[in-house]
Formats: sequence, C-alpha cells, structure tokens
Amino acid sequence: MKRYFGRKLLIYLLTFFVAVTIDWMIPRFMPGNPITVLLARAGNTYAEAARMMQTYYTQAFGLDLPAWQQYLNFWKALFQGDFGVSVYAFPRPVASIIREAVPYSILLLLPSILLSWFAGNYFGAFAARSKLLDNTVLPIGYILNATPYMWLGILLAWAFGIVFRVFPISGAYNFGLVPTFSWVFIRSVLQHSVLPFLSLFLVGFGGWAIGMRNMIIYELESDYSHYLQALGAPGRLVRKYAFRNAMLPQLTGLALQLGVIVAGALATEIVFSYPGIGFLILQAIQNRDYFLLQGCFLFIIIGILLANFLIDVAYVLIDPRTRAGMQGESS
Amino acid sequence: MMNFLKKNEILYFALRNNKLKAGLVVLVFFIILTLVGPLLTEFDDPFDYVGPPSARPSSTYWFGTTFFGQDVFTQFVHGLKASWMVGIIGGGLATLLGVLIGFTAGYQGGVVDEVLNMLTNIVLVIPTLAVLLIIVAYLDVRGILAESVFIGCTAWPWAARAIRSQTFSLRARDYVDLARLSGMKPLKIIFTEIAPNMMSYLLLVFILQFGGAILIAATLDFIGLGPTNAISLGLMMNNAVLWGALLLGVWWWFVPPGIAITAIVGALYVTNVGLDEVFNPKLREM
Repeated sequence: MKRYFGRKLLIYLLTFFVAVTIDWMIPRFMPGNPITVLLARAGNTYAEAARMMQTYYTQAFGLDLPAWQQYLNFWKALFQGDFGVSVYAFPRPVASIIREAVPYSILLLLPSILLSWFAGNYFGAFAARSKLLDNTVLPIGYILNATPYMWLGILLAWAFGIVFRVFPISGAYNFGLVPTFSWVFIRSVLQHSVLPFLSLFLVGFGGWAIGMRNMIIYELESDYSHYLQALGAPGRLVRKYAFRNAMLPQLTGLALQLGVIVAGALATEIVFSYPGIGFLILQAIQNRDYFLLQGCFLFIIIGILLANFLIDVAYVLIDPRTRAGMQGESS
Repeated sequence: MMNFLKKNEILYFALRNNKLKAGLVVLVFFIILTLVGPLLTEFDDPFDYVGPPSARPSSTYWFGTTFFGQDVFTQFVHGLKASWMVGIIGGGLATLLGVLIGFTAGYQGGVVDEVLNMLTNIVLVIPTLAVLLIIVAYLDVRGILAESVFIGCTAWPWAARAIRSQTFSLRARDYVDLARLSGMKPLKIIFTEIAPNMMSYLLLVFILQFGGAILIAATLDFIGLGPTNAISLGLMMNNAVLWGALLLGVWWWFVPPGIAITAIVGALYVTNVGLDEVFNPKLREM
C-alpha cells in the first residue's frame, strides 16, 4: 500500500510541477514581449490606465531578473497565495475572486458527480440482467452520453425556465437577496442549482450506466462467475461479486473522466450564468484578464489532483489487493 | 452472394448487425449533408448579414436567422465541416500518438515503459481545458486546425494506456515467443504477428477518439476557447447563449447544432459497439 501511494503521490507532485512550469513558461517563451502583448490585447484607450497596467505587469512578471530567479519567485508567490491582481475586477486580488467562486462550483460538481456515478452504476447493473431495462436504458444512455453538457443545459433552461417557467435559469440565488445563512437564501440557492445540476447529472448518468452494464456482462461471462454458478451459488451472490469487480474499472474511469466533467461543468455554469469558476473564466477571456485565467488554471489543476488522490484512497478501500501490497491496478 | 459472404466472415456479421447499420446510416447522412449543404444555400459566408434578425425558419432561411440576421443553415453546414475536421485530425492524431507511445511502452517494457507511463499519467491528469486557458490568453487568432492539433496532443493518454495493456497481453502469447525464438527481427514481429491482431482494436480506439474530439471541441468553443476565424457548432451555441437566444425564444439558433453533435457522436458510439460485436465473436448475438 505504501508503494501504491508513494507512486501516486510522486505522479501528482510531478504533474503539479509540470503544470506550474507550463504556466510560467507560456507567457515568457511565446513570441513577443508578454507585457506588450497583454497591453495590446487589453486595448486601453486611456494612456493613464495603460501606464498603470504597464508598471503593474512589469513588476508582476519581473522580466528584468535572470530566468532562474523569475522561476523561483514565481513559486514563492504561489506558496504565498499571491496570484496577482485581476484586470476585470481591478484592483481585487485574483485569489479572493476565485475564493468567492469556488463554493458555487463545488456545490454543483460534487453532488452531480457522486450521484450520477452511483445512480449510473446502479441502473447499469440492473440493465445488464433485464431485457426490458436493457432495451430502454441503453439507447437513452448512449444518447445522453453523446450530448454536449451545455446543449442539454440550454435545452433544460429553455424548457423549464422559459417555456414552463418552473425554475430560475440565471445566477446562483435571487438578485434581491443578500448571501446569509437563512432558510430563504438556502432555498433560493437550491432552486437555482436544480437545472445546472440536472444537466450535469443526466450526461454523467448515461455514461456510467453504459459502462457498468458492459462491465457486468463481461464479469458474468468470466471463469469465476461460471465456477460459482456451477457450485450452485444463488444468482444474487454471483451478481454481487460481479458488481464488486465491475466497480474497479468504473472508479478508474471516474478519475480519467474528471477533466472532461470539469470542462462540462464550466460550460454549464456559463449557460446558467452560475457564478462559479466557469463563469469567471468566460469573464476573464472576454476581458482578457491574464492573471485571473492563470489563477483559474492553477485552481483547476489543484482541484483535479486532489480529486484524483481521493479516488486513489477509495480504490484502496474497495480493492483489497492494493491493501495487501499486491498490485491491484497497474498504475 | 451467400458464398462470398460465407467466405468473408467479418462482412457477413457486419451486414447482420443492426447497431452498426443504424450508426452508419446516421453518419453517412451527416457526411452527405456536410458535402452538399454548402451548395444548397445561396449564402457563401456564414458570418454575412443576409436577412432580418431572428427570423423564423422559412423557405429562404431554412433554419431561420440569428439575432444579427445571419443564416443559421449556412452556419450549420459550415460548422459541421469544422466538427468532422476536428474529429479526423484531433481523433487521428490522438490515436496515432496513443499507438506510438502505448505500443512502445508495452512492447519494450522496463525503463522505457516506466518513463512513458509516467508521461502518460502526467498528461492524463492535466485537464485539456486548463492548459488551453493559458495558451488562449496569448494567441489572438486561432483556427480549427490549431484546435484539432491541440486536442490531439492532449487526448492521447487513455488510448496509450489501453493499447499498452493490449500489447502486454499480446506480447506474452506463445506464437510471439515462437517468432522471437526463431530469430525474427523485432520490427517484423510487430508487423506480422502483433499488428494484425490489434487492427480491429485500433479502429475502435480511433472511433472513440473521433467522437471524444468532437465533444471536447464543442465544449472548448462554447467556453470561448475555440476558433476565432471560423464557425463551429460549439461557437454557434456560444453565440446563441451570449446574445440571449434563450430569453428571446430563438430556439432555431441553438437546437440544430446540438442535435447534430449528439447525433454524430451518438452514432459513432453505436457504430463502435456494433463493430465490437462484429470483430469479437464472444459478443455476437446469435
């Protein structure tokens, strides 16, 4: 188990290192001076503002220092939580803007990922042994899985927000409310999260259901299942073992899918003007806010690494082979 | 006819497989639409302002017009072309890289495998979108080709993983050992003993990568990280949402691109399952 976690941690540390290095390198090694590029892109009409931005950027990038020192300073600033100052919400620091958006993204992502994974696996396992379910869940699953997240979001927003007017389709809570810990506010937050949650949930659900169904069929055809059946074990028991074995690839699949799910969630936030990281990214792109983009980049990387680590822990809990020091999964 | 089919087992099962047939019909329909579509519209440039704003679908504007009076059908067929391009180039490049890296790792083993595996794991964890964020901040003009290449360069890890483990299992087979013992050169072993057994698998990987690339591109375009000098289906949806098509009830602006993506990607997945059944005797429904 030590070896398993050791390997995983090494990969995550390396990944983080590579990501931060990419982040540092791209502005510096792209053609042209990054400060001129950023100033030209910001398209300031006021000379005064342009000069202010120039002094800020010069200081923030520290281009007059030798490259290795710039690199060290970059890491130092990172560990102090200094991501620079936003242009779009000048003069607020990027870190505080992101901190405000994060709870909303998590509120959307965590329940939709977990629920769609559990529900998808559950239904997929059922579908594998019922002809009727198989013929209904499977085609629906394929269609859902092929649907772009934001399109499902757009359709839901249009149907339930515009045509039937059941759910609000914009923002995270009523504009008239001030965020407080009160029943009215929480209810408003929940109401606003229903449609974005549904669009994330449905797409994920389709994918997991198909995956589980195929895995179960595969497991039921394998030697140990046949052997158990030959011994006269009840069908329930055989299916239970098949399910536990099929869970493992599904868990690995969850880790592999995280990047795609997060991208989908960001797009969904944009559809519903939901004030999470995705909406922030759209603002940053439209306002050409480089430091905000950079902050979002680092935040997504850290989030994905953390989630990967949690999945590794779950893997150890589910698969006894990793605990016993044998290699359950080839990392 | 029957005689010919009996000889060609794969073709025989392919023609009997309904999933494969259904998937292919949808794909062929969209391919024809992509090729013929631009000839059917009287408008050349998908960005031209050719009609009244937000006009309903009619005989002149088949899919209606956008908020700015651009013809939605023209944008749609040009967007379809972009999707196929992303699928072929992005999916193809991802498959190629996946094959090269997965195969080398699986066949060589040892240190080479360790290093390549580490690389695969690192690229696997870094989300595509995040890297694109940083690049987009610097590139002003981006084309569909650049986007496809970028998707190809970031989407290969899972293909590499799958192909690596497939190679591992093929490498340990008796007939490969026999070839090695009889002094066959490594390259010859790869091409005559291993590759033929992997071709069907590679085709399936390519199809999945193809569909995946189209979906990733749609998401990137929607977030605003897509091409700046061309139209795509994701960009159409982005524009529709940004300019309030939802509130104005201009459904003809955002419904067609979504249907096209869902249909194409769904058809690719179903084709994939059908082909799997054709290639793999265990899965055939008798």
